[in-house]
Amino acid sequence: MRLTDLPLRQPAYVDLIDWSVLTPSEGQRLREFGLCEGASVEALHHGGIFGKGPIACKIGRMTVAMRRNHAAAVTVRTGPEAIGPEQDA
Amino acid sequence: MSALPLVALVGNPNAGKSALFNALTGARQKLGNYPGVTVERKAGRLALSDGRPVELVDLPGTYSLDPNSPDEQVTRDVVMGQQTGEKRPDALVIVVDAANLDNHLRFALELLALGLPTIVALNMVDLATRDGLELDAAILSRELGVPVISTVAVRKRGLDHLRQELEGLLNGAPRAYPTGAAQDFDAVRREAGRIARAAIVRETPSRRLTAAVDRVALHPVFGLILLLGLLFVMFQAVYAWSEAPIAMIEGFAEAIANAVRAALPDGIVRSFLVDGVINGVGSVVVFLPQILILFFFILMLEATGYMVRAAFLMDGLMAKVGLSGRAFIPLLSSFACAIPGIMATRTIADPRDRLTTILIAPLMTCSARLPVYAVIIGAFIPARDVLPGVGLQGFVLFCLYLAGIVGAMLVAMLLRLTVTKGASGGFLMEMPKYQWPRPQDILLGLWQRAVIFLKRAGTIIFTSTVILWLLLSFPRVPDGDPTSQVDHSIAGRIASGLNVILEPIGFNRDISLALIPAMAAREVAVSALATVYSIDAGDDEALLERSLGDRLKDQWPLPTALAFLAWFIFAPQCISTIAVTRRETNGWKWPLFMVGYLFALAYVAAGITYWTATAAGL
Repeated sequence: MRLTDLPLRQPAYVDLIDWSVLTPSEGQRLREFGLCEGASVEALHHGGIFGKGPIACKIGRMTVAMRRNHAAAVTVRTGPEAIGPEQDA
Repeated sequence: MSALPLVALVGNPNAGKSALFNALTGARQKLGNYPGVTVERKAGRLALSDGRPVELVDLPGTYSLDPNSPDEQVTRDVVMGQQTGEKRPDALVIVVDAANLDNHLRFALELLALGLPTIVALNMVDLATRDGLELDAAILSRELGVPVISTVAVRKRGLDHLRQELEGLLNGAPRAYPTGAAQDFDAVRREAGRIARAAIVRETPSRRLTAAVDRVALHPVFGLILLLGLLFVMFQAVYAWSEAPIAMIEGFAEAIANAVRAALPDGIVRSFLVDGVINGVGSVVVFLPQILILFFFILMLEATGYMVRAAFLMDGLMAKVGLSGRAFIPLLSSFACAIPGIMATRTIADPRDRLTTILIAPLMTCSARLPVYAVIIGAFIPARDVLPGVGLQGFVLFCLYLAGIVGAMLVAMLLRLTVTKGASGGFLMEMPKYQWPRPQDILLGLWQRAVIFLKRAGTIIFTSTVILWLLLSFPRVPDGDPTSQVDHSIAGRIASGLNVILEPIGFNRDISLALIPAMAAREVAVSALATVYSIDAGDDEALLERSLGDRLKDQWPLPTALAFLAWFIFAPQCISTIAVTRRETNGWKWPLFMVGYLFALAYVAAGITYWTATAAGL
């Protein structure tokens, strides 16, 4: 499921990131925000009256705002079986 | 550069770095610029326990040493010892947010690899505790190999300890710090995660204030209502709260003018002091309270963390005109002054987004326009309530601000379709936790703004007022000649020439006259009008006693006053803005473009207002 489709306030993990739709500097910034495969994510708010605004989500401990086209590049999965590299390091 | 030991504060944005800097240096700060770039350099003195001073510099917050903007470039260059005009710091204080440890530790590890003597300030531990996190600074210190001190900058906790450690660091024998080899990003991130997990003793989920507030503040409908409400209160307050202090300043200026009149014989010196200096500068200084109220709101919105929420709410709308919500922050700062606003665009990574934001920043009604609006509104708009508690004057002011915003959005849209065409940049921002700012930090910010404003009043405004007075006072009208002094003067003749162009949009000779020195700074238009009418009054005591507003009311028809207001929505004249645009865009092309389009808009807007108002029989 894409991050844009993740129901609000449902904890999930990052499964896959399609870095190719991000510019190098956007990719770098998102990495610096802690976005990586295995990171925990939670969608908090959808902005915009017409539903086309940005998304506020929690990545690890940080709350980050990003546009939908960026959030759509992030595939997430829910459930307890989610074990990412963050945990087994 | 000074020979004092240099210590740099460095860390992620939102780590509470500036609060720590303020708490350590107090009010003894120096604001400047790094040579060649417009990045602000914030430095202050810190006394060690033996009285030895240390220079502390607050570096722009950044997420890594891989810069994404000019600000972040400065941080990188300073810590690497590559910034011109700054020696390499003798020590670093890395500020990390206790509640955001894994993320901030990654940057800390990157900085530690530089091998400089370092202390880590584990800041905002109180907020981390509030969120149910318990941390062990000793474990962190052992893992990182450097002293780690828990601090709460806003409550001055841990500062003495930090100072002590810094002293030990600067006095101590040089010791080897781990200079790690350049590691790959993911390896450093994993290491940071491991250390963070080791240092977090306990983590209990707790109710988070920020999440609760955000449910309202970021709500598509309620959030927008809240934002508009805040902005409306802000503009009403600019009027409502400033009445008393303005009356005080006016009384004070009047008292000085009277003292000078009593002490000096009538003549050119007295005219210079009273008409030129006191009336001219006084008429601008009087707006200090309103400017400070505006800055108070902007500083509060920034310090509480709300500003980023406003950007989030506005992103959808900004995207429609081809900008990002990030542009909202520089644009809101531009309400105070376009110069810090234009400088704040440096945080926008996309060059086209940034250029568009720079070009429309002067359309945000800056505080220098406030004196002009305030005088005209005070004179021509009756002080009554349109709704209970909502004054008509404040409402008109709100509309003027709104007109600037709507104008800016339309211009941005056009620019994005033409000169800054291209794919829009994204919107990526960290949303900091809400926090209540320390009153001292807000006061310090206001104090720094007041000093800057008064310096301007004392230099640019003073000089242009004096020059205008000279041009208005010479050549003197021969005795017995019926022409007025203003008509006879050099300035009057220049203005009469200029008036040919401005007359069609309803401007009179006095306005043409005021617009010339207003090139130096917009608010000079007010002091210029004050000087014109002061000289025009000559020795007529009855006229001299009337306020500028009353004089304008006598002499200007309403359509002219409204056209003058409309002109100032777009008014391009401000040399400092043009200069900073030149500096930020590296050339004359864009500032000239900006001035050209602003003049055209101002002329058309004033014209339409004048013709409409005249046709409506106002």
